[in-house]
Amino acid sequence: MDIFGRLTIDSLPLYSAVAASGAAVTVLGGLAVAGAITYFGAWRMVMTQWVSSVDHKKIGIMYIMLALVMLVRGFVDAAMMRSQQAIAYNSDGYLPPDHFDQIFSSHGTIMIFFMAMPFLSGLANLIVPQQIGSRDVAFPFMNSVSLWLTTAGAGLMLLSLVIGKFSTAGWTGYPPYSGVEYTPGVGVDYWLWMVFIAGFGTTMTGINFLVTILKNRAPGMTMFRLPLFTWTIFVTSVLIIFAFPALTVATGMLILDRNFGFHFFTNAMGGNMMNYINLFWLWGHPEVYILILPAFGVFSEVVSVFSQKRLFGYVSLVCATMAIGLLSFTVWLHHFFTMGSSARVNSFFGTMTTIISVPTGVKVFDWLLTMYRGRIIFKPPMLFTIGFLVTFVIGGLSGVLLALPPIDYLMHNTTFLVAHFHNMIIPGVLFGYLAGYMYWFPKAFGFKLNEKWGTRAFWCWIVGFYLAFMPLYVLGLLGMPRRMEHYDIAAWQPHLIVAWVGAFIIMLGMICLGVQLVVSIRDRKDALDLTGDPWNGRSLEWATSSPAAPYNFAVLPKVEAREAWWDMKQRGVAYQRPEQYEDIVMPKNTYVGFVIGIAGFVFGFAMIWWMWWLALLSLAVILGAIVYRASDDDDEFVMTASEVKAIEDERFAQLAKAPKNELADEPGFAGEPAAEPAT
Amino acid sequence: MIVRHARPLRWNTCAAAAIAVAALTLLCGGCTVLDGPVLDPKGPIALTERNLLFKAVAIMMIVIVPVFIMAAVFTRYFRGTNRKARYTPNFDFYWPAEIVVWGIPAAIVVWLAFHLWENTYKLDPYTEIDPSVKPLQVQAIAQDWKWLFVYPEHDIAVVNELAMPVGRPVSLTITSDTVMNSLVIPALGGQIYAMAGMQTRLNLLADKAGTFWGRNVQYSGTGFADQQFQTHAQSKEEFDAWVEKVKQSGTALDAAAYDALAKPSQKVPVTYYSGVEPNLFDCIIGKYSHGDSDRTPKSSKAETTE
Repeated sequence: MDIFGRLTIDSLPLYSAVAASGAAVTVLGGLAVAGAITYFGAWRMVMTQWVSSVDHKKIGIMYIMLALVMLVRGFVDAAMMRSQQAIAYNSDGYLPPDHFDQIFSSHGTIMIFFMAMPFLSGLANLIVPQQIGSRDVAFPFMNSVSLWLTTAGAGLMLLSLVIGKFSTAGWTGYPPYSGVEYTPGVGVDYWLWMVFIAGFGTTMTGINFLVTILKNRAPGMTMFRLPLFTWTIFVTSVLIIFAFPALTVATGMLILDRNFGFHFFTNAMGGNMMNYINLFWLWGHPEVYILILPAFGVFSEVVSVFSQKRLFGYVSLVCATMAIGLLSFTVWLHHFFTMGSSARVNSFFGTMTTIISVPTGVKVFDWLLTMYRGRIIFKPPMLFTIGFLVTFVIGGLSGVLLALPPIDYLMHNTTFLVAHFHNMIIPGVLFGYLAGYMYWFPKAFGFKLNEKWGTRAFWCWIVGFYLAFMPLYVLGLLGMPRRMEHYDIAAWQPHLIVAWVGAFIIMLGMICLGVQLVVSIRDRKDALDLTGDPWNGRSLEWATSSPAAPYNFAVLPKVEAREAWWDMKQRGVAYQRPEQYEDIVMPKNTYVGFVIGIAGFVFGFAMIWWMWWLALLSLAVILGAIVYRASDDDDEFVMTASEVKAIEDERFAQLAKAPKNELADEPGFAGEPAAEPAT
Repeated sequence: MIVRHARPLRWNTCAAAAIAVAALTLLCGGCTVLDGPVLDPKGPIALTERNLLFKAVAIMMIVIVPVFIMAAVFTRYFRGTNRKARYTPNFDFYWPAEIVVWGIPAAIVVWLAFHLWENTYKLDPYTEIDPSVKPLQVQAIAQDWKWLFVYPEHDIAVVNELAMPVGRPVSLTITSDTVMNSLVIPALGGQIYAMAGMQTRLNLLADKAGTFWGRNVQYSGTGFADQQFQTHAQSKEEFDAWVEKVKQSGTALDAAAYDALAKPSQKVPVTYYSGVEPNLFDCIIGKYSHGDSDRTPKSSKAETTE
């Protein structure tokens, strides 16, 4: 057998100019990053302080960087599809079906697996340990492995643009279409292996955060004092642990079908594609709650802080979160009401689906009631939150409609469905993550993001969203199916052109986000966050310095109330120095996680291209790395009390320079946290 | 920030602009959508489905409208710079509010569930529309990338065209000779998946004459976009004439002709066949369910699940 398996020179994307330029941009982008690191002589810093890092904050930042890069890639896919559909009335447009199909497949795959999931893991990593008053996650090394396995999956995604073709089977990869009989070639294998490998990383992230939240809370931080964001990450972790194995099994079985002659999901030989569809959505439905619950967490934090008011209905919100988590496992069949189940089965799953709208509605009203009699400050994170509240209920409405099986018979597989889930995922998930990104950016880097550009980004996103997706609802009612490469119904085209304009405005929103980052870095000295508490915050992550010290808390905080940091400020015990510092045991940086990630990437590549020797070799490297790590007892170091004191001295010198409250200049500022203001 | 004092104003202007844009989009959509197949149905199934849609939208306005109003009023009135607004920073729980925010959505869901259950049974695609009328039997076979309709009563078959008499229920039995497909005729109802080795069912009725498009809406590969057909709902006489036309102009669909037809092809023109291989439909199912006797249909009542 050839050492290159089925990889040949024909695998390069020279079949079309569009594909070739996509590959060129990917390669040049990679070279540009490598070149920039070389130019700034930063390789040593990148490798020793970032790549090998087991610090949850740095891992969080790397996750979010990955998410933002993939957001751009996923958006380019979206823009290409919108352009194609805007012109493809009675015309082939500029993309042949084979290419258009790869684009909608990669758009969905990227946005779910390599944009939203890393963004969620990133925010969780950055904030959860600090919110619960912990020095680290429960398993710092496993955290690094999770990051690099996710990155390996994303790497395969990017590589599929350069070598070989991507799947045309959509982000759901339904067999038998995705089977080898109907779709030979490497495309579906790329999809399967990247999802399979990244899925391991995500499962470990779920385990990590579940244990972290259960075991690493500061003294006094009872479960019902946890901030809402941590609560949502807690429930999301449980969902990840239960849901992701279903995906791993489904993709694993399809891998066996495609590569080793199995017949789990084939048309003939006793295969049954309905099993895949059930397994996939058994993961897929909880997955949307895995994505959106943390965003709900961000909104809960943001709405309270920027309304300068306690979060309304904390217990309700926690119960609603748990209810949504539980119910999310009881509704998967609503993704295929049209598969021929009996009315009894469809009615049950339809009813369960509508029930989910109750806790979700409760959340929306609790956020609105948090704003009621508050003093709202319209910072960009708050703008995203308000935009979400208004837009999300429209998505909820269309979701309940689709939950009614008779309506779903008509609307399933149309752009109405596409509009619905984008209506949940853009205002719900992405706005939440962007709000979190802007809200917690100072905590990660020590300076605030530019508000003017943040506000512009928000307006472009929200206006662009309405223009891009409201027409898709209409098109669904006009019967337009999703995934149409061209069409011959004239009435569809005007709506598709409006949707294209919407995509263009969203692109302006993306540009605003980029400009915001650049301008903020340039002007960072004007927006330094010296106190570590730029928004007059309420939860414990604002008790640390910005950026937080490697150990987060020199002395573990003692929590006595629900809004722990606000309570400390009220009682006047915030920013207190201990009489003396203690030694802190910290995990050592290690390259093992990175090596496992690289080997995972190579393994996936080798399996896709049938280079069996390389697959075995990389598997051996992974096993070797695990054995090496397991037998390495020297994985911690002690940060001495004097080192801690030096860092803390600097922190308090900085605090002394800072104004008392960074929000005090804001015209809407409602005042310092005082001891029990009269109500 | 230097423009600080202008900000509340700008926020409102932007909000107004955004609402205007949204309203305009909805309005433009509204003009054409009323003539669309979903909101202007041509059969009782699709009509009931549409009416359920209207009812569900209406009932949910009980939640949606207050959200819009609260969002607009609260963001305007409780802006930080409005010092006249009452400010209660510790107000975080109020029993009546909790009861309302849980109770009203729950009540709506109870209402919805009731309608959902009833209509899901009533509109079950497997249920015959009028048991007193013998429905027209049509077998639909999904191929790459076209639809083959077999009329067993008339011993004819048609590619990419479906004809039916107005007022007589049509009972489609559906399978696939390729990947998963999904059959829908938006003006009449649907959809239901077509899967190899299995049979699904779809009962439809056109109560108005006309030509309505139908298609596969489950992505199935390169020729997917063109996998569509016209449905002619016509009077009994016109339908009989159509059957005659097919009978006269068609060639036979024997096993060899079927195999040639089943090969992947795109933008296939309407093709008529007269004389269809006996048990063609069951043979296609049997081809995939061979050795799996549980799934081989024993009669036309066989179903995919249960």
